[in-house]
Amino acid sequence: MSGIFTKSMARNIFYGGTVFFFLLFLALTFDTNKEFPKRDNSQNLTPEVIAGKKIWETRNCIGCHTLIGEGAYFAPELGNVYQRRGPDFIKAWMQAQPTGAPGRRQMPQFHLTDTELDQIVAFLKYTSEIDTAKWPPNIEG
Amino acid sequence: MQYKSQAVAKPYFIAAIGLFIGQIIFGLIMGMQYVVGDFLFPEIPFNVARMVHTNLLIVWLLFGFMGAAYYMVPEESETELYSPKLAIALFWVFLAAGALTILGYLFVPYATLAQMTGNDLLATMGREFLEQPLPTKLGIVVVALAFLFNITMTVLKGRKTAISTVLLLGLWGLAIFFLFSFYNPHNLVKDKYYWWWVVHLWVEGVWELILGALLAFVLIKVTGVDREVIEKWLYVIITLTLVTGIIGTGHHYYWIGAPDYWQWWGSIFSALEPIPFFAMTVFAFNMVNRRRREHPNKAAVLWALGTGVMAFLGAGVWGFLHTLAPVNYYTHGSQITAAHGHMAFYGAYVMVVLTLISYAMPILRGRAANSNKAQVFEMWSFWLMTVAMVFITLFLTAAGILQVWLQRVSDTPMSFMATQDQVALFYWMREWAGVMFFIGLVVYVISFFIKGETRAVTQ
Repeated sequence: MSGIFTKSMARNIFYGGTVFFFLLFLALTFDTNKEFPKRDNSQNLTPEVIAGKKIWETRNCIGCHTLIGEGAYFAPELGNVYQRRGPDFIKAWMQAQPTGAPGRRQMPQFHLTDTELDQIVAFLKYTSEIDTAKWPPNIEG
Repeated sequence: MQYKSQAVAKPYFIAAIGLFIGQIIFGLIMGMQYVVGDFLFPEIPFNVARMVHTNLLIVWLLFGFMGAAYYMVPEESETELYSPKLAIALFWVFLAAGALTILGYLFVPYATLAQMTGNDLLATMGREFLEQPLPTKLGIVVVALAFLFNITMTVLKGRKTAISTVLLLGLWGLAIFFLFSFYNPHNLVKDKYYWWWVVHLWVEGVWELILGALLAFVLIKVTGVDREVIEKWLYVIITLTLVTGIIGTGHHYYWIGAPDYWQWWGSIFSALEPIPFFAMTVFAFNMVNRRRREHPNKAAVLWALGTGVMAFLGAGVWGFLHTLAPVNYYTHGSQITAAHGHMAFYGAYVMVVLTLISYAMPILRGRAANSNKAQVFEMWSFWLMTVAMVFITLFLTAAGILQVWLQRVSDTPMSFMATQDQVALFYWMREWAGVMFFIGLVVYVISFFIKGETRAVTQ
């Protein structure tokens, strides 16, 4: 990088390249947003699901679990837990926590009401029906 | 110190190191909970420890970036800081907000904390890394804007260099993309899509501009190589960063409900993301080899070279390892991700902040460099922490490969928890490597208290 390639050329390529690729990113985002309704299961975003999402967030579930692969890696994937375990198991499991088994990982007791349990299950059902390009590879998540 | 107002950087650096210690302690707690599941339960559940661990990391790196800016910008602009008083006031505001948030995580149940802090008005909490209560998020915006005002005014009244321009671009980008943390749609797919506009466009975008500017600044100072050369390299590196990294966001969009074409866009562009990191390594070594002076601060040179190498390994190599869509299909959300996250954050951002602290702190304390003895301690801490991080990464990678095989590839896939039991050996080894990291950190802190012969600043 000697005399021919100057600092101002490098700077211009930086600004030009950044603007170009950011605009490309915005264009792809625009198209993605148009495609979302085909895959994001938003037709099933009921008030119950929305309430469930809020419970999911305010109990910081993501601090231990992954949801569609994102989150912490301390506890099982929950994006497909609705298929893996079913609604009744999920509710019974949450009510039984913590197990208190010595040396085992513990999940806190969140004291959710029956309505709230139904809401979190509704949220997990909605999540499990998002088109995730066949991820995860199998039911274990 | 050339400008009196650079002194405001000092409390920022001290706070950064203090919070770093806290971050590592909570990391050790989590590492323990991976193998002794009920460790400290119910006092500190894993999710709380993790919030503290990751949020402390973000906050202390922000302290480091701000301190670095306050130190560098007066020297780059050849003028005093616009308002040192504002800088000191913001320091206390940010420290108090950070401390209150962490105490809130530790002592108030998260759902109660959400209720107390207005999450019902605008729900932003409970998303990974963005767990902060609404007032903290607003506080971050206010502090960031006031800080940017201070720094921008300083740059505007003084000399404009490529380094200060790139630093400002990075810092403004940091503030702007953080605004997406206030956008939390009910639609989970959209929530995830724009969540990455904070997380990815920070760490694989604008933060790399900050990283480049800090590294370039220290390299000019310790090597004496011509500014024109170094700034040209800087532009080339950040061009490569953004050209690959912006579309590279797509490697997070493979499985979250976005269109399938992201598997192509994401794979191709993020496969190129190691290139800027490789360029950074070549850059650092090249400049040190062509040095025109022997700077007495050998430790700072070591940190600068280490940043190049470790950022390339952690962000570049370990990122590439699982970035191609057909590979990521199996590794997504496994311990492979954790391995990459640890080495990338340490190699790129922790090390560059420590590079700048290593260079600037002695000068802030009235000497060109620390005594030989203090530098030997600091260099020991460099090797202890860096080697420990290599081991942490290798053990997590081993755990991840096994996990992926047992849980996702095998013909008879195991459940998540059964798999975790199978890989516990590697979690134990990771925990011991974590202890080694902590010892390195203790040595690092001690190095600040080692006396000995020093030379006064000559500039």
